[in-house]
Formats: sequence, structure tokens, C-alpha cells
Amino acid sequence: MISFSEIETTVKRATRSVGFSWGIAEEVGKNIRLLEMFGLPGIKNINQYFKIYNNENFENINVYAKANFSKKFFCPIISGVNFFDQSSTISEFKQIEINNLAFPLLFIPFVSRTSEIIGKRIFLKIDNKEFLFNFNQSIYSNYLSGDIVEKSEKINLQFLENKNSFSENEWSELYKISENTFVEETEESKQKAAGAGLTDND
Amino acid sequence: MKIELRDPKYLMKLSKLGSFHQSKLSFLRSFLNEFKDWEYKRDLFELNEKGYGRAVYSFSKNKRTYSLVCFANEISDEERSDRVIATKWDAAFALHDGVPTKEDLERLAHNVPKQEVGRLSYKELTLSRANKSIRMFNHVVESLSKGNQPDTELLSKVGYLYRTTAVYGSGKFGLADRFRIKNREEIFGPFRLEMMLVYLVRQFTFDQVNHIARYKNPNTAVELDQNICRNLGIGNSTGLGMAPFIVNHPMLLNNWILARETALKKIREIKEASKEEISIFKNCLVKSLKNVTSWNTDSDFQNKKIKQLNEDLEKFIKFLNEEFSFKKAFPFNNIYIWAEENLNDECIEYIVSMLMEPYDEITKPLINKMSSDEDQYFNIPINRTIEELRNILENKYSEVLKIDFKKKENNQNFWFISKNKEEPRMANRYEIEGSNLEQPLAIARDIKKLYETIFTLKNSLKVGKFLKDNNHLRHVVRRAFITEKFPYAEIQDNTIGSKLMPIDMLRLKLSFFGAIKFDPRSDKWLRICMFQGAPLPIDLKSFDNHWIYNSLN
Repeated sequence: MISFSEIETTVKRATRSVGFSWGIAEEVGKNIRLLEMFGLPGIKNINQYFKIYNNENFENINVYAKANFSKKFFCPIISGVNFFDQSSTISEFKQIEINNLAFPLLFIPFVSRTSEIIGKRIFLKIDNKEFLFNFNQSIYSNYLSGDIVEKSEKINLQFLENKNSFSENEWSELYKISENTFVEETEESKQKAAGAGLTDND
Repeated sequence: MKIELRDPKYLMKLSKLGSFHQSKLSFLRSFLNEFKDWEYKRDLFELNEKGYGRAVYSFSKNKRTYSLVCFANEISDEERSDRVIATKWDAAFALHDGVPTKEDLERLAHNVPKQEVGRLSYKELTLSRANKSIRMFNHVVESLSKGNQPDTELLSKVGYLYRTTAVYGSGKFGLADRFRIKNREEIFGPFRLEMMLVYLVRQFTFDQVNHIARYKNPNTAVELDQNICRNLGIGNSTGLGMAPFIVNHPMLLNNWILARETALKKIREIKEASKEEISIFKNCLVKSLKNVTSWNTDSDFQNKKIKQLNEDLEKFIKFLNEEFSFKKAFPFNNIYIWAEENLNDECIEYIVSMLMEPYDEITKPLINKMSSDEDQYFNIPINRTIEELRNILENKYSEVLKIDFKKKENNQNFWFISKNKEEPRMANRYEIEGSNLEQPLAIARDIKKLYETIFTLKNSLKVGKFLKDNNHLRHVVRRAFITEKFPYAEIQDNTIGSKLMPIDMLRLKLSFFGAIKFDPRSDKWLRICMFQGAPLPIDLKSFDNHWIYNSLN
């Protein structure tokens, strides 16, 4: 089995060799390692992308807007780097749309890492494939095939507000159960607790 | 009294870093301390009469076992090479996580001797190979088989029977990734498992000579005297492969140097030293002289340094005996200040190592802080401003910013990865083709480029926005923010200049390993010795912590 360390080093070198800068190559090396760790087909997709990268003219999303359109397909790497670098302004849009993104799975690690940086979950829909990014700790998805995804015509991305996934009532019920680990204090222990016997007006 | 940590701009120069010596913080010493109460075993020893075959050694504690699997092979003298381009070795080794099964041993037998072209699994932690020092090995076998002990004077000239030529870990060639084992307390210090491998290989070399000698002449053969064994280590040939490591692991470099500097600071802040502490310091200093006087090399570069070190040590000991008083407050600070004023780098750093010897309570807590998680600060803080980035460069890289990279000599070399062995190499960019494939190791040059690029930019511009049009500088933007947090993360010198001595970079790393007797064979590779004077596995339960100065050689 290829180790994750080998994956990172080899992808970094390959990324540099097709023409990206070393700084970007470092990002992509980490990203593919991340995809493979989460069980997503990073190597398959980057390998296929690099085969065509220098023969096709990809566009870049340089500055993100709410809706990002192009007739040509966007490069997932430069668009991903810019997504990460502009994440604080992009997250204010709450929702963005990208049309025509090449190899969208290569965009995923940038989104996952952004989720950690901005401290919000992000929901991503690549055509009919759904991904929920949980602060770069896990990715929840209905995409299980492990295939290469060469193109996506429509991507929707939502920055989710930090809110509970349960009701007040459900929390109260659980809290009540947890109270069963507490012990009733005696009068004596109350009197001897921290600060006891002192005046707070000294 | 509060002593400041030494200034990185002064300390992180390559000539200074290339003067570092082993110390109590060194990894091979901390490895022995960590594993001294583990159970050592030779689990398997299947060598033929010529000493070829396989063997397994292990360390176990509670439910954890680490097993060294050894394969000794027959190779011809023509095939024996210490260069990384070699394809056969006298012996090859892998450290297996747990007790290897029959199937594991079969699998390893097919892969370990092939080294870089074999494949290991997540069950293996480190991989290595070694060649015999034929002159020493044959002499020892010959002597033992005739019932004699070998000539210790001859042995002292080399100091080992085998030389390793590479020790791999952390995911290379399919080995286990670091994350799989990083939470194990016994390997919190860096390179613990690499040290374990080398240590067990040392024992294998003794067992192998005894075995061959016995087969050669069963009636007269004797075993190698254990005191002679203790005075033999394992050699190592190291080339440029090690140099980029310290550039590519800035946080790790910081943590190593910071531990050393913190120890020095705390020792300089000691107001009074006890009689026992003074005695340990003086004893180690005197005993250690043997390691310097028996330091043999043909390198003019190193011989000059050794000569200077000898002269300086003589001067220092005279000063200690005739002028210095330990009764005056802050004695070690006084020693350090005197050394700075009167001695050269090689000896100053030697004394720094010696000062640590009496102070377990200072060094021990620092050892576990010498590992790092390089991913922790990988993300560039995109919301910081150009003004902040400029300030970091001006404050942390002022030495580097003084270098004029328009001068040919400051821009002479480039680092690349060789096609045939995938190993780092260095070449003159004006003579050799390939500088378009340069590795990102010219940090000083690229930092200066970054500084010139941002010099006139608006202070309030966010780094994330700057990167949109400047991703060619992304790698050094990342480093600048790492260096802001970790003062010793960066070599404050030019790694591509015509005056670069790459062996300074190797020496820095090897000194932290605990190597002694640096023997440069050119400006690009050197030989060293590890574990010379170290306790044998049977001594581990109770041994002298200052064993490194016990060598008779």
C-alpha cells in the first residue's frame, strides 16, 4: 500500500511539474492526502486532470462572486486556492454557485479546510452529489462510487450557520439524565466550599 | 538573573550550526533512557556458517513489541558501495511493529534486501541497510576464530564493524505513516524508532562476528569481549539527502534548537552549582577529551576545526583550573560569557553540550518537546496584512535580506532531485542544466524576492488578496508566518551560495542524533559513528548516563 506520506510528496512534485508554483504544489499535496484519508478518489482524479491539464484551456475564478460562470471549465486547483484565500469574504455570501468546474473532487479539500478556518459547516452539491463538510474533521456524503468526476456543470455551496441539530427539549431531557451523576451536597460541605467564611467585601 | 535565549540571527548561521555537538538531548541518548526498562530479546538467529541468513531482535513492554528483522546477504567486494546508488548491501533491516509472523518474514525477505525498490507495509516502521567495514570485520573474525581478541588500537581507528548508509522512516517506501504511531508515549522524542533500529543493528554485528568465528574454528574460537563491544558503535555514511530535511521541517528544526537553547538559558540562570554538579561537569569534560583526540579524519576542513577545538579546550581547561571560581554566583553563565569572548564556535558549542551533563531535571522535560506536527501551521493566515508580513520579514529575516542575490556567487547553486535515485543533489546553475526544476530550498533568495515584491504595497492589503497574483511566492509566505511563531525555524543563511558547505547542514542534524567523530569525505558527504561507548542490551537496566564519554577509543 502507498503511504499517505508518499502520496503527499509525489502529488506535490507532480503538481509542480505540470506548471503550478511550489506553494500551490504544497497545497495540492496536502489536499490529495486529505481526500485519500477521507476515502475519496484523490489520486485517480488528479492523475486524470494532469493528463489533460496542459492541453485544455481552463479558466480561473480569480475573484469570487455569488455566481461564477464561464463557458470554459474552471481549473479546480487555482479556483480552489482562491476560494481558500478569499474564504472570509466568500462566506459572507452565505451561498455561491459555480458553473462548469473541471474535476470538482479536486476542489473538495479546499472547501473542507475552509470549513475549519471559518468555523462553519459547508454544504456542497456537485450536480446530484452531496457533501457536508464538518470543520475538516469529516466529510458526510452520498457519493460513494469512487469514480473520476471529470466535469460538473452546476455546483452549489452553502455556508451553514452554527446552530444545534437538536431541539431545546431534547437537550433538556438529556441534561436531566446526566444529572443522575450529581451528588446532593451536605450543609457542612456547602459551608466549607471555596470562599466560605470570608467576606467578599474586603 | 534572567538570561535571554540566544539570538536566532547569530545562532542560525550555517557555520555555527555546523559546529554543534551531541548532548544529553541527543536522540540516541534519549532513546536508551526511554527503552532501558523494556525487555530485550534475540528471538531468531538463523545464519549459516558464513554468517548469511536472518535474525530477529525485539524490545517489548506490556503488550507492545518492536522487532528488528535482519537479513545478512552475500555480496562481492565489487558490489559493496556506501553510495545511495548501490543496489546490494551486506545486511538489510526493517523494524516491524509487533511480532512478525512467518508470512511477514517471508514478505520482508523479498522486499527488505531490495531497499528503495522493495515495498514495505504499514506494519513496518523503519528501514535500513549496512555494509561491513571489511578491514575491521575480517580482522575481528580472524582474531576471534584463533582464540584472540582483536587489536583494539586498530578498532579504535574506525570504531565500528558495520556502516549504515541510509535509515528510512515515516511513510517512505510504504512504511507506516507517522500519524499511525504518533500517540505512543515511548516515541514522543524524535527519531526514536530510527535510533532503535541502529542500536539493534549494532548488537547484530557483534552476534554475527561471534557466529562466523565459531563456525570457522569451533575448537579455538572465543567471543568478542564485551568491553570491546561497548566501545564499538555503528558507522553511518551520510550524503546530501539529509540536508533538505532541516529546511523542509521548519517547526521540527525550531523545536530541536529551542530545546537546546532553553537548556542553556536555564543552566546559565543557575545561581549556585552543587559540588556534585560541578564534579559531573568537570568529569564529563575531561573524559570527553578522548572523543576529540581519537577523532580521525582526512578532511582538511574538519582537521582545522578539530585542531582549533583541541587548542580551545586546552585554553578552557587551563582557565577552569587556574582562574575560574565556581563560588562566584551564576558560575555557568560566567563560563559561557568567557567562552563567547575567548573561544571559537566549535568549542563554544562543545561547552554548551557539556553544561547540560549535570542537569537531568532541565533536559528531561525538554526531550518530549522535540517532536513537531508540521501540519499545524500549514494554512496561511490569509486575513493578516502586508504590513504585518513586511514586519515579520524585517524582524526575522534581517540577515537574509542583506544578501545580494544579483551577485553570481550568491546565486550559484541549485538543489534538485536526481532522476536515478530520487535523492536531493546540488549543482552549479551556471554549469549544469536543470535549474528550471529547482527544489524550493533557496529560502533566503525567495524571502528576499517576497520582501522586494511587497515593499511598496499598501499596508492594509490582506495576504489572501496578495496571493491571488503572487502564488509563485506562496511557499515563502507560509514560511514567514511559521517563523513568526517559531524563532529557530529558519536557517539565517544562504543555502545556494558558492561558499555553502552542505556538510554544515548534515552536521547539525547528526549532532542532534547524537553522532560523534564527524568525518567529512568531501563538502557533500561524511561518515560518523553512533552508539560508540553505549551500554549493551544486557546493561540497559542500569547504566551510566554519561556513557558517551566512556569510550576507550
